[in-house]
Amino acid sequence: MVNKLNIGRRTLLGGAAGIAALGLGGAAQAQKPLVVGFIYVGPRDDYGYNQAHAEAAAILKKMPGVKVVEEEKVPETIAVEKSMESMINLDGATLVYPTSFGYFDPHMLKMAAKYPKIEFRHCGGLWSKDKHPMNTGSYFGYIDECQYLSGIVAGHATKSGKLGFVAAKPIPQVLRNINAFTLGAKSVNPKITTQAIFTGDWALPVKEAEATNSMIAQGIDVVTCHVDSPKVVIETAERAGIYTCGYHCNQSKLAPKGYLTGAEWNWERVYTDMVEGMKKGQAPGNFVRGGLKEGFVRTSAYGPAVSDAAKAKADAVKLEMLNGKFTIFQGPLKDNKGNTVIAAGASHIQTDPVLEGMNYLVEGVIGATS
Amino acid sequence: MNDPLPPLRMAFLAKREGQERGLAKMGPALERIAIPVLALLASAVLFGLLLAIYAQVDPLEAFALMYQGAFASWFSWQNTLTRAAPLILTALCTALPARLGLIIIGNEGALVLGGLAAAATGIGLAGAPSLVVQLAMAVAAMIAGGIWIALAGGLRQWRGVNETISSLLLAYIAIALMNHFVEGPLRDPASLNKPSTAHIGEANMIGTLPGTDVHWGLVFGVVACLFAYVVQRFTTWGFAMQVIGGNAKTARMMGLDVGRYVLLACAAGGAAAGLAGMVEVAAVHGRANASLAVGYGYAGILVAFLARHHPLAIVPVAILLGGISASGGLLQRRLDLPDAAVVVLQGIIFVAILASETLYGRPWGRLGARLWKPKEG
Repeated sequence: MVNKLNIGRRTLLGGAAGIAALGLGGAAQAQKPLVVGFIYVGPRDDYGYNQAHAEAAAILKKMPGVKVVEEEKVPETIAVEKSMESMINLDGATLVYPTSFGYFDPHMLKMAAKYPKIEFRHCGGLWSKDKHPMNTGSYFGYIDECQYLSGIVAGHATKSGKLGFVAAKPIPQVLRNINAFTLGAKSVNPKITTQAIFTGDWALPVKEAEATNSMIAQGIDVVTCHVDSPKVVIETAERAGIYTCGYHCNQSKLAPKGYLTGAEWNWERVYTDMVEGMKKGQAPGNFVRGGLKEGFVRTSAYGPAVSDAAKAKADAVKLEMLNGKFTIFQGPLKDNKGNTVIAAGASHIQTDPVLEGMNYLVEGVIGATS
Repeated sequence: MNDPLPPLRMAFLAKREGQERGLAKMGPALERIAIPVLALLASAVLFGLLLAIYAQVDPLEAFALMYQGAFASWFSWQNTLTRAAPLILTALCTALPARLGLIIIGNEGALVLGGLAAAATGIGLAGAPSLVVQLAMAVAAMIAGGIWIALAGGLRQWRGVNETISSLLLAYIAIALMNHFVEGPLRDPASLNKPSTAHIGEANMIGTLPGTDVHWGLVFGVVACLFAYVVQRFTTWGFAMQVIGGNAKTARMMGLDVGRYVLLACAAGGAAAGLAGMVEVAAVHGRANASLAVGYGYAGILVAFLARHHPLAIVPVAILLGGISASGGLLQRRLDLPDAAVVVLQGIIFVAILASETLYGRPWGRLGARLWKPKEG
């Protein structure tokens, strides 16, 4: 039985090549496929950050002349250097995507220096022209746009006026999401507050559940999160009968009743563009960014609990975003300690690097950055 | 008038008696090699069955891939050795105190604090000659790790606190301390989304072994194991520790200062793990950050138990586990197995080795006993 299965798969993969050669070298095809390597920091099926990448990788797999190799649960240590090297040396990968933030420096940079002919693209937006080699690059999405839209929907759904945000660490990326979510909700009702709880790390399921439960006990009736896997937060909230907004990828399966909408990555856009380019002999871009307009991020389909008013408001703002006419962070804006962080009249559009150093929580967020 | 025998003389007699009992077993050396090998073979068979039945993968293909990923080429060997290096040092953190009958599992804490101390020292001494900085980083890391595990030893010796639990809990405190410093006082303001300390400077990195990309941690580990072996085997200190491990009460009655040896062994173990932390900072990351706490300390416990706490056995066992983790990626990529596959294999090996402990002394032992002392048989 086992043998039959194997032969079936090999035939599919390799065509006429000999079985022995296959066992050692993978699918030896007449035309050399473009081998693309993906490395994830957590499990591929985490309903979160890693799944968002793995879903896009699965779409690449279906492209002709492309072979995808994947490794999951690779820590941000020398192990990831070895994984990249192994993909290059043993699988013949020529385009490598180390997807976790901490893979960039020093690990990916070290490998890029060692293998100058291989293209390395990193998720997170750290690449800068003056500092980093041209065979490296980074891509990232302005997902706070979707968080703002989630905030609008949450603002309509809440009855208590209290929202909850389970977050990993008070770092700029996370703070930007919390702030965008809160600003979205406050655009519906300025009195709405968001309780933020930082768990301290990217994957701490027990603390995430505790945080969610404490929010439920406080009377919070919509929660969202920014942790690697939103699974625990969403499931805990669903059991308590409150609403949720997803993050990273679509979690509506985990909360069929309470799932309102969610901020999702759409890495498929980025990956297929880069791979199409590579096949034509073009190196992928070095500094790739985009939001809703570019299709790098998307919102989950509305759940059953979303009111028509909420849909109308969110869709209207989304349309403005798609037309490039909406600015989330504009003055006058105060942080939750009463300091003015963006003066009246000033505004920061999405591409403004100022936003990447965000170190405050806006008025309406209950919580502290340190 | 009737002076008791000096403690070490008595201990020596006790040891000789022990050796005689050991001789009674036929071929203890053979046994020490044959039983682990059998256990490994049994684990391989069990893992192969799991692969075939549960994952529906050809086990022979999987083993061939594992060999390819771990040992088949110079690249694979370097991959394996790089992964083995930190495990050798962290294993000593469990193995050295185990000689005294202590079970220390807080290796991760010593590693993390060692890394933090190394980074802080490296940053503090910026500008000094690199050799000075490197030595200072190593010493600081060893002191930090040593103190941390000695705390667990001290709590056990003077307050009766179980050292297994206290060392584990101390590891959580160590990680929390590291996070505090990395996200607070020592944070490099430029490290926005991954809080880290400042870089120790390229000049202060210890680099790789000439002609390879394996870092110096491997040499540190092997030297530390050899050193531990020599101390355990050929010095009165090592000997005293063995006596304490055999029976602490007897040792105390002989006049051995048990507390001192407990602290010493714990500090030495902690220093080894702390050094592993320094290597992570000075050879891999250049900074201290959350990537220090990725489980090398916990994997070290596994290595120490598999090696039965023998310093020389730690090296090959660490290489075996390094090889398994090096080949894990290839299993994922070629056979679509989840990462958990190699974790399952590690677990099976751990259980098989522990279960095989009961095989020591039989049937060879029983046979031997009958030959040597027919009456007792």
